[in-house]
Amino acid sequence: MTQRFESVDSVREGLAKVEYLADDAIAGVAFLADRLGKPILVEGPAGTGKTQLAKSLAEMLDARLIRLQCYEGLDESKALYEWNYKKQLLRIQSEAGDESTWDEIQEDIFSNEFLLERPLLEAIRAKDPVVLLIDEVDRVEVETEALLLELLSDYQVSIPELGTLEANQIPLVLLTSNNTRELSEALKRRCLFLHLDYPSMEREKEIVLTKVPGLTENLADQVARIVRSIRNLELKKHPSVSETIDWARTLILLGIEQISEEDAAKTANILLKYRSDIEKVIKEFSSNSKAHFDAPAS
Amino acid sequence: MTDTAVSADAAGSSNSALFELIEGFVMDLRAAGLPVSLSENIDAARAVEHVPLEDRTTFKYALAATLVKNNAHWRTFETLFEVYFSLRGKEYSLDGDSDDPFGDMDFDEDQDGPPGSGGEGGGGDGLSPEELAELLFQAMMKGDDALMRALSKQAVKRYAGMEPGRPVGGTYYLYRTLRNLDLDGMMERLMEQARQDSPQPLTPLEERLEKDEFENRIEQLKKEIEAEIRRRLVADRGAEAMAKTLRKPLPEDVDFMHASREEMANLRRAIYPLTRKLAVRLARKRRHGRKGPLDFRRTVRSSLSYGGVPAEPKFRYPKPSKPEIIVIADISGSVAAFARFTLHLVYAISSQFSKVRAFVFIDGLDEVTSYFEGVDDIAEAVHRVNTEADVVWVDGHSDYGHAFEVFWDKFGHDVNSKSTVLILGDARNNYHASQAWIIKEIEHRARKTFWLNPEPKAYWNTGDSIVGEYGAHCDGVFEVRNLRQLEKFVDNLV
Repeated sequence: MTQRFESVDSVREGLAKVEYLADDAIAGVAFLADRLGKPILVEGPAGTGKTQLAKSLAEMLDARLIRLQCYEGLDESKALYEWNYKKQLLRIQSEAGDESTWDEIQEDIFSNEFLLERPLLEAIRAKDPVVLLIDEVDRVEVETEALLLELLSDYQVSIPELGTLEANQIPLVLLTSNNTRELSEALKRRCLFLHLDYPSMEREKEIVLTKVPGLTENLADQVARIVRSIRNLELKKHPSVSETIDWARTLILLGIEQISEEDAAKTANILLKYRSDIEKVIKEFSSNSKAHFDAPAS
Repeated sequence: MTDTAVSADAAGSSNSALFELIEGFVMDLRAAGLPVSLSENIDAARAVEHVPLEDRTTFKYALAATLVKNNAHWRTFETLFEVYFSLRGKEYSLDGDSDDPFGDMDFDEDQDGPPGSGGEGGGGDGLSPEELAELLFQAMMKGDDALMRALSKQAVKRYAGMEPGRPVGGTYYLYRTLRNLDLDGMMERLMEQARQDSPQPLTPLEERLEKDEFENRIEQLKKEIEAEIRRRLVADRGAEAMAKTLRKPLPEDVDFMHASREEMANLRRAIYPLTRKLAVRLARKRRHGRKGPLDFRRTVRSSLSYGGVPAEPKFRYPKPSKPEIIVIADISGSVAAFARFTLHLVYAISSQFSKVRAFVFIDGLDEVTSYFEGVDDIAEAVHRVNTEADVVWVDGHSDYGHAFEVFWDKFGHDVNSKSTVLILGDARNNYHASQAWIIKEIEHRARKTFWLNPEPKAYWNTGDSIVGEYGAHCDGVFEVRNLRQLEKFVDNLV
């Protein structure tokens, strides 16, 4: 198995080339995932670039991204494999007049030809380089999680009629979770854990500068600072990185160079998605009378 | 498990000293309450083989990725990491090869270093306190991290008054250092300076941003100081002893009644994801409950794909009736935090109940249901409950008996066979009449009656606590001291 990455720094540089600014944790964990052949479990609030990380890694490695979007009720036949029932039926019918015995037919209809590969199987059977993204794994039920275990630890899939299918390659696997429920210990144990939080102010500024062409350094700085202040408040939903980027784009379209309170208030609906949050933020940022020198929050 | 065998092999061939080191670290993590399994331990050992040991950050993240699988445990991990590895050889030393971080412990105050060299750890001995404060102010104004770090070392050395072998906690030293630095005054000066530097008066928005920026820097300075104190304590007492004192309970295990301000803030932050998780889980449970009678229509429809053979019977899922919840909470000082969290949690999952009514009391009783109606910010509503509800009757000391009397008179008829009554409080009645007959009546009328007590079980029925007297009439009395227990109770309730 050839290694994908040279060093931690090469991961960071490679990701930077595809416009994903990785911090130490991201680069380090991605590097280890490759070396140890382990999946990465990426957890964190919505909109911190979890899914984007997988996409960027795929782009950087020039690999195909295979994505399994999880949802409640996802089962084997959607995630792993399914027998092509109609084709099997057709096969049996076309044999109907022949002399072939039941054993022959059975052997025939349960062969690779009649197997429909679903994302998980497809990823390990692929011959070309792939990155497997299992998105929002916290949405499936605990029982369904077990489906993933064999695949993630041994990179193989057992099909009763066919036997065990070994992997042609160990793909780079990323699982994302919004943490709506605690994942099972068994799953966590098999993964490297990466928590993606909102980026630091400096990193967010860099991200905005990379992603939004035509943005001045000064404006990016203001954007990042305002967003950080907003995230310090207790809100229902904090602005995500993608919302910050959207906001920066809006400001450019409006031709704003210096963000005033009015501008901020008018465009707050891009950053925030709850009416109560917007009201709270506007109130916070325009209250002149508020005591400014209360002891720094501990 | 083949995986384990292979990795044990790999670990064996590697530097065994390193393996032992990690083993020891894992023991510390476990002792601090982090669940680390054997296979995770082995993963960590394998992981560090792949990273350059001199790269401290990568080393740290390698351990974190393999050992810590829950973000709430990150803080504990970080602190323990710092303590555990701060004294282990040069490659783990905190500031790489710049200097021995503990060297300046041995040098005494009389040894004058070159003043004002700033960036160096040991420099700045010759500064007067005023000069130190001024330099620190400059560093904060500019956000000069290197200078700030150096100055925080200097400040600890000067003000903390640390003596080897003195059995005092780190917080004491922290307090002494911070008092001398007068950070509140610093904040004021920083803001003043920012206002002067600006060509036109600051708009509220700018003012706010500046303030946040400085607060952030001061926070950072505090962290530096804390880290410096910890480093020195480790040098004095050894890593193992320090690791023991640093064991802080995880947020979900923090006692409601004895949480510090910082722990409270953590708790508040922890409750959002917790309620969200709980709501999702409960909604799911409801949908995937036990199977009901056969659903003929759906069975026939699905049979069409099997050529009319009903191979897959479908069932109707019963819709369990939603209980009506009545919360009666003591919000006097000692148990206010507990009531706050419980109200928050109950309202966050209120969609699981047909109706939620909330009453709060100290010695008087007030209904606060309306505070929560049509509000989408629960925290705000809970805050209003604590400030606006009319709950004082005579003297503002808990009087359960009278509160229950008021409840029974005014709202007793609303309790019916659909309602589940939750009573929150420590049942410390200040020796007033208990009026336990009311609880008996409520229990009689309601579907279920539960009492949640935030006190440890050992304290129940001691002093003026009469939880036993009330509890005799309840369907259950539960000790709910932390978020974990609260979550469990609410989970079972639905």
